Amino acid sequence: MTLTNEIIKQKLSDKFGDAILTVDESFDILSFTTHKDINLKVLQFLYDEQDLQFRFLTDLCAVHYPDNLGQEIAVVYHLHNLTANVRLRYTIYTSVHQPDVYTATKLYESANWMERETYDFFFFFFVGHPNLKRILNVDEMDYFPLRKEFPLEDQTRIDKDDEMFGRGGSN
Amino acid sequence: MLEQNHIKLPEGSIEKQTTTLNLGPTHPATHGVFQNILELDGERIVSAEQTVGYIHRAFEKLAERRPLYQITPITDRLNYCSSPINNIGWHLTCEKLLKVQTPKRVDYLRVIIMELARIADHLICNSIVGVDTGAYTGFLYVMQYRELIYEIYEEVCGSRLTTNIGRIGGFERNFSNTAFTKLEKFLNEYPKVLKEFENLFTRNRIFMDRLQNTGTISAERALNYGFTGPNLRAAGVDYDVRVHSPYASYEDFTFDVPVGTTGDNYDKFLVRNEEMWQSLSIINQAYQKIQAFKGTDAEVYHADIPEYYLPEKADVYTKMEALIYHFKIIMGETNIPKGEVYHSVEGANGELGFYFISDGGRTPYRLHFRRPSFIYYQAYSELTKGAMLSDAIITMSSLNLIAGELDA
Repeated sequence: MTLTNEIIKQKLSDKFGDAILTVDESFDILSFTTHKDINLKVLQFLYDEQDLQFRFLTDLCAVHYPDNLGQEIAVVYHLHNLTANVRLRYTIYTSVHQPDVYTATKLYESANWMERETYDFFFFFFVGHPNLKRILNVDEMDYFPLRKEFPLEDQTRIDKDDEMFGRGGSN
Repeated sequence: MLEQNHIKLPEGSIEKQTTTLNLGPTHPATHGVFQNILELDGERIVSAEQTVGYIHRAFEKLAERRPLYQITPITDRLNYCSSPINNIGWHLTCEKLLKVQTPKRVDYLRVIIMELARIADHLICNSIVGVDTGAYTGFLYVMQYRELIYEIYEEVCGSRLTTNIGRIGGFERNFSNTAFTKLEKFLNEYPKVLKEFENLFTRNRIFMDRLQNTGTISAERALNYGFTGPNLRAAGVDYDVRVHSPYASYEDFTFDVPVGTTGDNYDKFLVRNEEMWQSLSIINQAYQKIQAFKGTDAEVYHADIPEYYLPEKADVYTKMEALIYHFKIIMGETNIPKGEVYHSVEGANGELGFYFISDGGRTPYRLHFRRPSFIYYQAYSELTKGAMLSDAIITMSSLNLIAGELDA
């Protein structure tokens, strides 16, 4: 039996019912969202269930939607069933004021650094993570740069000494 | 007074029986900016802790202000040993979002460039493994063929290391005759060189003793750690993005996916070597397919998408539409359709993925790179536990870690 998006959708709605909030199938990948409290249950189900077997965590990252009040930050899991060659995207949303999500490190060893990276850039508590500290940025940093409230430098600013940056001046 | 001049040792460092050693961040044997804090018992590694992020350049943040064509040079600097794969992977991601169908000839030209890049990358990795085991000759010998590959890039796009090759929809210009002549030269001469390289290393007793049973990982652990590419295949899992989700018409080619059994450094070396042979065969097939195009088909080098493909300079000066599109593209005033895509390509060291979210604006809302070496470097402490210090060096180089990609 080949694993199709229809089967996955059916299995998910059988198991979780109304907890599956949205389902989308654009660009050939099935993506769905649930409430953040059951993320580990969903991942475990996808990992263990006989026909699903999503055992490869391709990618884990976060997205910041500041206008989406109460659900400002999304955590996105890209899962892959390598035997059936089916990819899946699973998203959960969490409030920026209470950013705690259960860690996936017990299921996927690879989630360790990916969660640390997400924490580093978005400020997230991955509950149960063995070593949640900054990874790419310096430890002393007191902000979380990939959030939208930290804009990139204004390209037209003129208060900098251009000479220091190799442009302008006498050369 | 005198007491203050003494070096302050951490608490308990005299009593403990192990030695702490900082391997890196600028050790010549780490081939990049990696720091490993090793806890050594004699020459055995008790534990290793990696520190990464020394050359983090916030690519994901930078990409949020750039129009699509300005993100290509960012991708150059991920895995800079094979930047054409990153560039084309990025173009493919955009094309997926823009729903662009590229002509077959463009696909085949891309395949040639990507496979050349794969050879260049594997060549570096495998010969560096040789250097780390004490054999410099192989490295020096194969360098001239990497040089030849770089000359081909140069003919196609004008640059060598950070290539910024191609455009959304194809290439900036057709391949010149010189490019094809150089490609033919490469295809004729390289097999002999690779054979010789293999003669030097593959059955070399010293080399085998150094590589076998070091850096071993089982298939289960490799999958759990998110390994992809040659490192995963060396452990025995035949996962290859080119086969599993073909892009750029890879389904038109016949090639084998080499796999290893033990996942040790020797298997990684063998898998990479065999992949170079397979890449050669793919390039040969692609070149034959390209020669089969006749008439105007043989001139096609980009898809017909004026809205996203930067027009030729001559047209900009003479045609109104070309001028308008040129202006809109350069000024980044083209709106990107709304959508969320994940696209991945088989990079030289694993699955290189692009997760691209567009909210309908002119720049990506969010762009995330799935960088294979960032993900599998986590396993380094497990791979080196209990190993000798000298084996840890080889394990590092045979993982094919690229600092630029790791830190993004």
